[in-house]
Amino acid sequence: MSQPLTSTPYTGGVPAPVPTGPVRLHINGETRTLQLAPWTSLLDALREYAHLTGTKKGCDHGQCGACTVLVNGLRINSCLTLAVMHEDDDITTIEGLGTPENLSPLQQAFVDHDAFQCGYCTPGQICSAQGLLNEGRAHSEAEIKELMSGNLCRCGAYVGILDAVKEVVDKESSDVGA
Amino acid sequence: MHPFTYSRATDVADAVRDKAGHVASAYIGGGTNLIDLMKMNVEQPAHLVNVAKLPLSKIEDLPDGGLRLGATATNSDTAWNEDVKKRYPLLNQAILAGASPQLRNAATNGGNLMQRTRCYYFYDVATPCNKREPGSGCSAIGGYNRVCGILGTSEACIATHPSDMCVALAALAPTVRVSGPNGERTIAFEDFHRLPGDQPEFDNTLAEGELITSLDLPEKGFAKNFAYLKLRDRHSYAFALVSVAVGLEMDGDTIKEARLALGGVAHKPWRDQSAEDLLKGQPATAETFGRVAAHVVANAVGQGSNDFKIELARRAIVRALKQAAEGQQQAGDMYLGGQ
Ligand SMILES: Cc1cc2nc3c(=O)[nH]c(=O)nc-3n(C[C@H](O)[C@H](O)[C@H](O)COP(=O)(O)OP(=O)(O)OC[C@H]3O[C@@H](n4cnc5c(N)ncnc54)[C@H](O)[C@@H]3O)c2cc1C
Ligand code: SF4
Ligand code: FES
Ligand code: FES
Repeated sequence: MSQPLTSTPYTGGVPAPVPTGPVRLHINGETRTLQLAPWTSLLDALREYAHLTGTKKGCDHGQCGACTVLVNGLRINSCLTLAVMHEDDDITTIEGLGTPENLSPLQQAFVDHDAFQCGYCTPGQICSAQGLLNEGRAHSEAEIKELMSGNLCRCGAYVGILDAVKEVVDKESSDVGA
Repeated sequence: MHPFTYSRATDVADAVRDKAGHVASAYIGGGTNLIDLMKMNVEQPAHLVNVAKLPLSKIEDLPDGGLRLGATATNSDTAWNEDVKKRYPLLNQAILAGASPQLRNAATNGGNLMQRTRCYYFYDVATPCNKREPGSGCSAIGGYNRVCGILGTSEACIATHPSDMCVALAALAPTVRVSGPNGERTIAFEDFHRLPGDQPEFDNTLAEGELITSLDLPEKGFAKNFAYLKLRDRHSYAFALVSVAVGLEMDGDTIKEARLALGGVAHKPWRDQSAEDLLKGQPATAETFGRVAAHVVANAVGQGSNDFKIELARRAIVRALKQAAEGQQQAGDMYLGGQ
């Protein structure tokens, strides 16, 4: 039960200092040692401590996918994991996939297909789609839809998102076939 | 979130020792349920023992022909494992019907068994809830209880266990291996989760400090005739309102052996062995399926906003049995909503 609201003065003593510690992460190919409290989520570590604000906080409860990043190549929700749990892991965020001058194939496809409106869900959509490509299990449109279902778009840009992901999935499979 | 200390366990003995050495401590696997609950102040551990990187992530053959699923193997690695796809496609389907690819990549098998209910009031610390705060009352009884149970409920709690994976496991009947301060033991899956009774604060029969190390599946996987049918508010990325896992062994059109378990209806994955007995030796007909489905829900009780679950469960059972008997679901197919 949360603390009841009362007018009684606080008598709980001096709170203990926050025990932060160094956490070494390899973010977008660069090794960073951040000084973090154990309860810092990977999402907050990326945004507030590594100052990589491309990764977005939507719900903070695993329900929207806006915070999707790749950890050792696998997509996960960075809001439901602690940074300390990823000591020495390789983290890839949207900033690590391409640059404004040299977009990744997915980033370019999102532009070409108008796969966003406000753009808030987009970094998560693209990191998730990169994870889907790495997994190599989605081929048909139905499979892409199912395996992208962990990313919500409140603007409803789903049609463009599906077209963009499908284009890159098709291209990668024809490249493999060739 | 309340402050806590953290350590990463190096092996099983270290994990058990570390947990026992700290008051109000908890194991953490993928964190996809525990961190969510900690953010809501539903759980407030003072120390976390990370078990996700313990060497328990293998999926390997057992000498008796079964398959051992390591407790820290992720839900994704388990679902897409070649042996699971080939020999236990029911499990593959159930896991893929749950959560999202991102969550399944982080979630562990041990954590999946231990995940807590999605009852709205359990999450809302401003309301009474016997599961969260024993003796405070149950807000779901007479409240919003659309997601709550219809079978095996008690006056203290009507919550459901939300896992999909566990419904398939209830049908496949593995053994849960655990290690704790008093050594190792095994628990039949059937006895792992419990009904609420007057102690809804206990979801399962794991003793304080015990760590799940593996799930040992028996050889029989019902790989030819099976079905996992999940019904929910949207087509993907939503918890089940009702789900049904079926495994059949057929002899022509006659059912030789049957397994039947339901999700979304009770405090534990609801395996009904009396319904399985009723199916045995019967022809796989609409008449048989209807009779068995009526039997399963005969003692179901609605709580108001979840009354619809009784009829939904009855129809879902009929459909899942039919799909399983006809071998409609193919091993290794991606779960696309059980159409
Ligand atoms: C938005 C959302 C949607 C979801 N949808 C679904 C769905 O549709 N279907 C479904 O089935 N699930 C769903 N889930 C739940 C998800 O499957 C669980 O959160 C996940 O399986 C928990 O595993 P974990 O390893 O992350 O557990 P954690 O969060 O790490 O731990 C959960 C509990 O298990 C304990 N624990 C962990 N490992 C062990 C161990 N080895 N031994 C003993 N105790 C242990 C922890 O102490 C904790 O109490 C959803 C979750 C979210 C956030
Ligand atoms: S049903 Fe159970 S979990 Fe929900 S409010 Fe009642 S006691 Fe709490
Ligand atoms: S912010 Fe992580 S899933 Fe919504
Ligand atoms: S583009 Fe606005 S939420 Fe997706």
